[in-house]
Amino acid sequence: MKRLAPYLLILPGGLWLVIFLVVPMVFMASVSTQQGDVVNGFVQTFDFSVYGDALAQYQTQFLRSAGYGLVATVISVALAYPMAYWIAFKGGSRKSTYLLLVLLPFFVSFVLRTVSWKFLLADDGMLLGPLKATGLVPGDFHVLQTTVAVIGGLVYNYLPFMILPIYVALERVDPRVVEAAQDLYAARRQAFTKVVLPLSLPGVFAGVLMTFVPMTADYVNAGILGGPENTMIGNIIQTQYLVNNDYPTAAALSFTLMAAMLVGIFAYAKALGTENVLEAAAR
Amino acid sequence: MHTSHDPAFLRGMTQSRSITRRDAFRVAGLSAAGLALAACGVQGKKVDAPKADAVADYWSSKKKNGTLRFANWPLYIDKDGKDYPSLDMFTADTGIKVTYQEAIQDNTTFFGKIQPLLAANNDIGFDLMVMTNGLQLSKAIALGYLVPLDHSKLPNFAANAAQKVKNPTWDPGNVHTIPWTVGLTGIAYNPKYVDEVTSIEDLWNPKYKGKVGMMLDTQEVANFGMFSLGVDPEKSTEADWRKAGEKLRQQRDAGLVRKYYENDYVDALVRGDVWITMAWSGDIFQQVAEGKDLKFVVPAEGGTIWTDNMCIPKTAQNPVDALTLMDYVYQPKIATMLVEYINYITPVPATRELVLADAAKAKGDDKASLEQIAKSPLIFPSDADMAKLRSYKTLTTAEEKVFESIFQPVTQG
Repeated sequence: MKRLAPYLLILPGGLWLVIFLVVPMVFMASVSTQQGDVVNGFVQTFDFSVYGDALAQYQTQFLRSAGYGLVATVISVALAYPMAYWIAFKGGSRKSTYLLLVLLPFFVSFVLRTVSWKFLLADDGMLLGPLKATGLVPGDFHVLQTTVAVIGGLVYNYLPFMILPIYVALERVDPRVVEAAQDLYAARRQAFTKVVLPLSLPGVFAGVLMTFVPMTADYVNAGILGGPENTMIGNIIQTQYLVNNDYPTAAALSFTLMAAMLVGIFAYAKALGTENVLEAAAR
Repeated sequence: MHTSHDPAFLRGMTQSRSITRRDAFRVAGLSAAGLALAACGVQGKKVDAPKADAVADYWSSKKKNGTLRFANWPLYIDKDGKDYPSLDMFTADTGIKVTYQEAIQDNTTFFGKIQPLLAANNDIGFDLMVMTNGLQLSKAIALGYLVPLDHSKLPNFAANAAQKVKNPTWDPGNVHTIPWTVGLTGIAYNPKYVDEVTSIEDLWNPKYKGKVGMMLDTQEVANFGMFSLGVDPEKSTEADWRKAGEKLRQQRDAGLVRKYYENDYVDALVRGDVWITMAWSGDIFQQVAEGKDLKFVVPAEGGTIWTDNMCIPKTAQNPVDALTLMDYVYQPKIATMLVEYINYITPVPATRELVLADAAKAKGDDKASLEQIAKSPLIFPSDADMAKLRSYKTLTTAEEKVFESIFQPVTQG
């Protein structure tokens, strides 16, 4: 019985993952190599040319998504790190209040939060209207339907996912370690770059993992805030599934996206010297 | 009882239906993506055309059950608080209780949800649904998902429906569908920024750079590309599509198009993000009734007319009850209650006189709104406008692939 216990413990969650993750993935892999259409049915052909075709046809959107994800992730780190640092080291007894404030946007639906940007940033709206009236910006200036709006929306929606893991990593840095560094004649700046920053890197790593992946696959922000030049790969996949009912192409695009992101993440892990990606993310 | 004195009537005119549709669509899209995924393995096969006795075969064993589950679009029926007066009347007259749900936000997502269920012959939870003529409806018919209608049980439809809504090209002989309501796709503009618009060419006018809204729906946007070339979409060929695609691409590459919109163009137009946009007639009528200064025109080159159709899914549990309602709403009295709320074109022309009669009885704001409805060319279009209207082309699956491959790269660059 004792030897069985670990397996029994893993059973509920394991079954959950098998049923809701592994089975659909296998299913989708099979679909990606089928041919046909909804009316005449699909036939399994194991024809992998759909991958090449989809990649060739949508490489612009792939590159654009990766670019947006990358830029938005970098901006997120830049915004989140100081904030997490401040909460962890200067938050005092109010830490949990500040964390609640970080999480507060999640009490409102993702879509509604994104739509509200449209009201804030309307061409003659409450922000741009007065600026235009006073001549501070030109009359045809607009934010909506630009790359800036899409990346801004991405950063805004996923920022808490960056703040929280960095906060957790910083929170675990023992203040006595910093004191020790200073005892050894490290300046404040050196204490940060040589001690605090390296100790918090796993948090940054987890944050990047938790934001880069959903940002790159996101389709809501580009759909609501973007224009004709901002279509991301998520929008294409959505169209292929729901509008064209072209399931093979949609499945192939999804797998290509996943593969590209895995490669990117492992390359990033290697560059950062974090050998075990999953372990770093879990910490 | 009647809607002209009903506060719900005015409320109907002052609510924007586009917000509901759009927001719900986004959320629904997420779950539908999951469903579509699960659907992949259970594709249906194309069925043969219904046999001569298909109607009798289907209906002979069906009985009235006294209950009905109806899936429709948001704000597509008269409403009084939590009640639907026309459905209450239906229940009083026929004894059939209706569970009414605003379950449809757009055709693609809705079809994405029901398609796997129908393919597997499972109940979709509805006995009656409303689908726009277009790719999804054509697929539903081709796949045998819709019940052939027993026209001997549809006397009101036969007597009161407008000639022009009968026998449509996408469903010859109304075998599977009859209209719920009809609408127009034309051009809307904000007179604050734009002088009078009469032509589709205005959507290509460099004056409006970055301020033009087009629709994301490929059939809608393709139609306008074709109108601008003087091509009738219903009779168009692949060569026409390529030329239209080229014309639309020029418009996009010149930076004219601000965005290819789903349902959210109305807000953008009201806020001034776009000045001139492709639009649906009912959306603009509602905004005007609400006091917004917007204009809607059917362009000289042509506009699109579309129909939202009632149909019965093959797995319906209460088909007789569904058929009863389909005929019931074709009584002019009931159709009037509906059009006074829905503000799109009614398939029952006799309603115009009844709306005017209601207006004569009404006072104040109600009277003004009812007169506005009866006189509106968006609800009762003139013959001149009707002559300019064309429908979507009915595409085969093979044609659809070519069609989408021409126009989707324009809207989703």
